[in-house]
Amino acid sequence: MALLFRRTRALEAQIDELLNAISEGTLVFQLGIADYLQKDEERFQQHLKAIAAFESKADSLRREIETRLYRESLIPDHRGDVLGLLENIDNVIDEAKKTLHQFAVERPDVPPDLTADFLDLSKAGVDAAQHLVSAVRAFFRDITAVPDHIHKVYFYEKEADRLADRLKRKIFTRDIDLAHKIHLRYFCLHVETLSDRAENVADRLAIYTIKRTI
Amino acid sequence: MTWVFLLSGIFLGWSLGANDGANIFGTAVGTRMVRFRTAAWVAAAFVVIGAVAGAHGTTKTLGRLGAIDAPAGAFVVALAAGLAVVLFLARNSLPVSISQSIVGAIVGWNLFTGRPTDLVTLTTLLSSWVASPALSGAVAALLFVAARAAIPRLKIHLLEVDVWMRTGLIAVGAFAAFSLGQNAIANVMGVFVRVSPFPEAVRLGPFRATSVEMLFFLGGLAIAAGIVTYSERIMRRLGSGLTSLSPLGALIVVFAASTSLFLFGSAALQDFLVAHALPGWPLVPVSGSQAVVGAILGISLVRRSGIRYRLLVNIAIGWVAAPLAALIFTVVGLFVFQNVFQLPVKGAPRVVGTSLPASR
Repeated sequence: MALLFRRTRALEAQIDELLNAISEGTLVFQLGIADYLQKDEERFQQHLKAIAAFESKADSLRREIETRLYRESLIPDHRGDVLGLLENIDNVIDEAKKTLHQFAVERPDVPPDLTADFLDLSKAGVDAAQHLVSAVRAFFRDITAVPDHIHKVYFYEKEADRLADRLKRKIFTRDIDLAHKIHLRYFCLHVETLSDRAENVADRLAIYTIKRTI
Repeated sequence: MTWVFLLSGIFLGWSLGANDGANIFGTAVGTRMVRFRTAAWVAAAFVVIGAVAGAHGTTKTLGRLGAIDAPAGAFVVALAAGLAVVLFLARNSLPVSISQSIVGAIVGWNLFTGRPTDLVTLTTLLSSWVASPALSGAVAALLFVAARAAIPRLKIHLLEVDVWMRTGLIAVGAFAAFSLGQNAIANVMGVFVRVSPFPEAVRLGPFRATSVEMLFFLGGLAIAAGIVTYSERIMRRLGSGLTSLSPLGALIVVFAASTSLFLFGSAALQDFLVAHALPGWPLVPVSGSQAVVGAILGISLVRRSGIRYRLLVNIAIGWVAAPLAALIFTVVGLFVFQNVFQLPVKGAPRVVGTSLPASR
């Protein structure tokens, strides 16, 4: 029996590792944003390197899983869905890495009184991503629990929308020059995009879950 | 000469293997859950075991319907039953079956030779045609409901479910092949039992084979040859086009259909039930294709995915058309053999291999 499941268990471990990389990567994103806003340059650089490592690990794991799923013709009736799911969840960590990298390159000047708003926004995005990872894990192991996690993804995505809207209003009512306002809004949009990416994957996952349960 | 006459039975076995082999592993191969080569050899091995191990019950029922006692008569009956399905009806995509055409062919022989047709046996056969798809439909519906409720609660990883499903498809396929061999060998070789060209008994080392067992072994090999050589195309068509079943659905359909074939074919089970004062049922060759259609309809009912009534109508048409066509072919064939080739199609019985256990 162990022989029968040997190859499968190795692939299961790789899928778990991919999801761990995405989960840890998004947590690192949140820490990185906090470091930047608190002007802790050394820790910010460490987290920038860490998120790049997680993103690269997630990419190579995803490719390996996809190749094995096809080469060993596993789960023929769900393979397309699983591949779509893995590729799209990979976009979440890609987005997190890209945003943190933009902070490093463009160095936006965030006024101290807006720091808490940026932190809240990034936390909402990361919460959405964390619940998405839980939803994807449930898709593989406990299909009945998927809706519980998906509805939390939607909740945090809406929360991120609300926080982003509040932040943009604060930015544009400040007495600073327009270029500065647009630059801050640009970063607000980027941080907000993380939750949008999570929502896109959750939408797909909801359909895949229905397909598996009928 | 009898050996030549046996060719029609071998042809019948081959065509049955090609068609019913596809029923056993069609969805598994079509959905690429199981490789064709694995499916074909597992099915071939178990169909032979089923044919030899426990096949006397259904043969005895057909024997009661008509005791064909001339090799040429048996040849025509088997050929007509095969031709009715292969040449005439299957082309119109009707789920017709050799199990049904052989009944028409035997009744045709009775009519032509003036032998009486046992109406009780005929009624039993006809009612089993309805009972078999109904039974497999009920089994499939119950299993589907149970599986749908149980599998999510087991919290097995999607990839492990896949492994279980593949293993299950092969195991259930083996059971289905055994049941098919046991149930359908009567169609293929039943009419030759009284005219078997094999010696009464042969001893091969520790094994002892009777004439009927050797005949059934040959029939089993013919079915196996049909599965290995010709069922692949039908399997791929079944899996990818005809039905939109998931691997779980396929597993349940094959299991339900083979349960029906097994129950209507297992003399051992019948003996067990009778010995324990439990109600038995007639051992009758039933159609694998119709049992599969019954199971699919059972699942459709539970899923409320809509029933294709056309399928039901086609089955009912098959119940009438297959035996009728075989009956006409038999009467024409017997007339030709008797009057053109001057061969006896009934007559002096050579009673070999009829020593079926009296209890069955």
